[in-house]
Amino acid sequence: MAKITLEHLAHSYLPNPKAPDDFALKELNHDWSDGEAYALLGSSGCGKSTLLNIISGLLIPSQGRVLFDGHDVTTAPTAKRNIAQVFQFPVVYDTMTVRQNLAFPLKNRGMDVAEIKRRVQKVGAMIDMEAQLDHKARGLTADAKQKISLGRGMVREDVNALLFDEPLTVIDPHMKWELRTQLKKLHHDFGHTMIYVTHDQTEALTFADKVVVMYDGRVVQIGTPQELFERPGHTFVGYFIGSPGMNLFDAEINGTSARIGGAVVELGAHYAATGKTQVGVRPEFIRIASEGDGIPAKVQRIEDVGRHQVVRLDAAGTSVSAVIAEGQTIPADADRIRFVTEGINVYADDWRVTARKDAA
Amino acid sequence: MNKTVNQKAWFLILPVLILVAFSAVIPLMTVVNYSVQDTFGNNQFFWAGLDWFKDMLESDRMWNALGRQLMFSGIILAIEVPLGIFVALNMPQKGFWSSFCLVVMSLPLLIPWNVVGTIWQIFGRVDIGLLGYTLDALGIDYNYTQDSFDAWATVIVMDVWHWTSLVALLAFAGLRSIPDAYYQAAKIDQASRWAVFRYIELPKMAGVLMIAILLRFMDSFMIYTEPFVLTGGGPGNATTFLSIDLVKMALGQFDLGPAAAFSLMYFLTILAISWVFYTVMTTLDKRDGK
Repeated sequence: MAKITLEHLAHSYLPNPKAPDDFALKELNHDWSDGEAYALLGSSGCGKSTLLNIISGLLIPSQGRVLFDGHDVTTAPTAKRNIAQVFQFPVVYDTMTVRQNLAFPLKNRGMDVAEIKRRVQKVGAMIDMEAQLDHKARGLTADAKQKISLGRGMVREDVNALLFDEPLTVIDPHMKWELRTQLKKLHHDFGHTMIYVTHDQTEALTFADKVVVMYDGRVVQIGTPQELFERPGHTFVGYFIGSPGMNLFDAEINGTSARIGGAVVELGAHYAATGKTQVGVRPEFIRIASEGDGIPAKVQRIEDVGRHQVVRLDAAGTSVSAVIAEGQTIPADADRIRFVTEGINVYADDWRVTARKDAA
Repeated sequence: MNKTVNQKAWFLILPVLILVAFSAVIPLMTVVNYSVQDTFGNNQFFWAGLDWFKDMLESDRMWNALGRQLMFSGIILAIEVPLGIFVALNMPQKGFWSSFCLVVMSLPLLIPWNVVGTIWQIFGRVDIGLLGYTLDALGIDYNYTQDSFDAWATVIVMDVWHWTSLVALLAFAGLRSIPDAYYQAAKIDQASRWAVFRYIELPKMAGVLMIAILLRFMDSFMIYTEPFVLTGGGPGNATTFLSIDLVKMALGQFDLGPAAAFSLMYFLTILAISWVFYTVMTTLDKRDGK
């Protein structure tokens, strides 16, 4: 196990990258703490897999360094880094049995037979495949194969990190939940550093201690699930995390208040924002009212999604979502919305602006 | 499922039936006809029963030709399959050089059989051929028209030159279909180059290799033109394979009865072997498809 440090890391698939747009992964500095479970979240093509492959050594970055516990491994081959990786599609050695599959990474490292046997048995139990150890790997279901892929990573007890590249893509929904739970348990029991790439926010938020959100080749926010929810650092995080995503209003920021369309909204703190300024409010912090002040909005439809209801509104051309409790009704004459003050975030050019405490 | 009963639909397959009748059934039946009759000329035939089959089964000539045939097919498979895999493994994976290699390797496949025979016939000549002359100049006693071993070697090298590309192209196609993740996983598992071949590449190529072996076996088992042009079956009968022998018998000696019996047995052998291959291949597919 190891701490993984990325220094000025960037990667381009072009031979002579110049403009920032040439980079699939834009410059990045980050420490992955030893023993933590991270999720790398972002939509397809945002550079998640590129970053993962750089860490595992399948890709050499165009610039910057990768350090494992302070040792530079930037150009070290995968085999030297002692990491395990599980891929999107299950990789098993078809002609081998499950047992031979699990033993394969150990055998290649020249470990003695008794020790291999002990570990394979243990991992077989971990992934719940003891009964199938002597079956041929070919012909097993996709989730069984993916469990074998995972097992081949787990069987090496001293790995520096376990990397997962959207490992549950081909797994049935009910198995997804079970495998994710097993992964969490394995992390809890063995404390490996885990990096889990996904585009599914539920997977990311339930699996990880810390979520790294990537957008367009850049890390836009690193935080706990709660931080990502309450204080999205970038409008993309607001939009991508949460269901439905955060509402954004074009606004003119004047110190402690914002003008949205014709209405003025108190922000509860002082902000100095320039450029393209927006106010972001999660649907959970929007209240629908029929009197008093607020932004004019027309209710368009209500969706019952089970535990709560989602109200879709139209505020002068901006579509807005609000979440209300199950069973709650909205007045027939509801024609405006208000924000709960602690749920307000201010953005300038898509990046969150922190409130200034001193001025008023 | 409810099927609509419509007997008139049979008429729809009539064109195919007629086509197949003229292209295969009728010609084959004339052969069957010859195989059970004898003639002393004048276009007068009389019934001979299964005598010709019996004769052929007892004839050393046919068994020897079959022996040579099996040896030939065995040798060329033993060379072309591993060599083809080796070439495929070492070809550039993508880009200009990959396309270049594919085109260059396809060239021998496009040359007509008799031209291949002619090329090697001249190539091997000691007086004017590059190969024959060079070997002779190096002091190697080489003469494919006189020496059985030299004739065999030349026929085999010719076949390897002509057909290894086919195996290589098929193997290459099989290799290209392996997702990168397999190689990456193998790297992470610290698999050796041999293990990658043994446990990833070979199993993934199994399907196309079966096809390659089938094609090469059938083709070599029926080979005629190339050795006929090159050696004419000689020296003596050294390179007289089944087809060459059959033609000699049917057209050279005009022994239509024995030749017809011979060709029917030849045909049934090929049919049987094809069936075995087909069964093995579909079983493999089913097992992989699960």
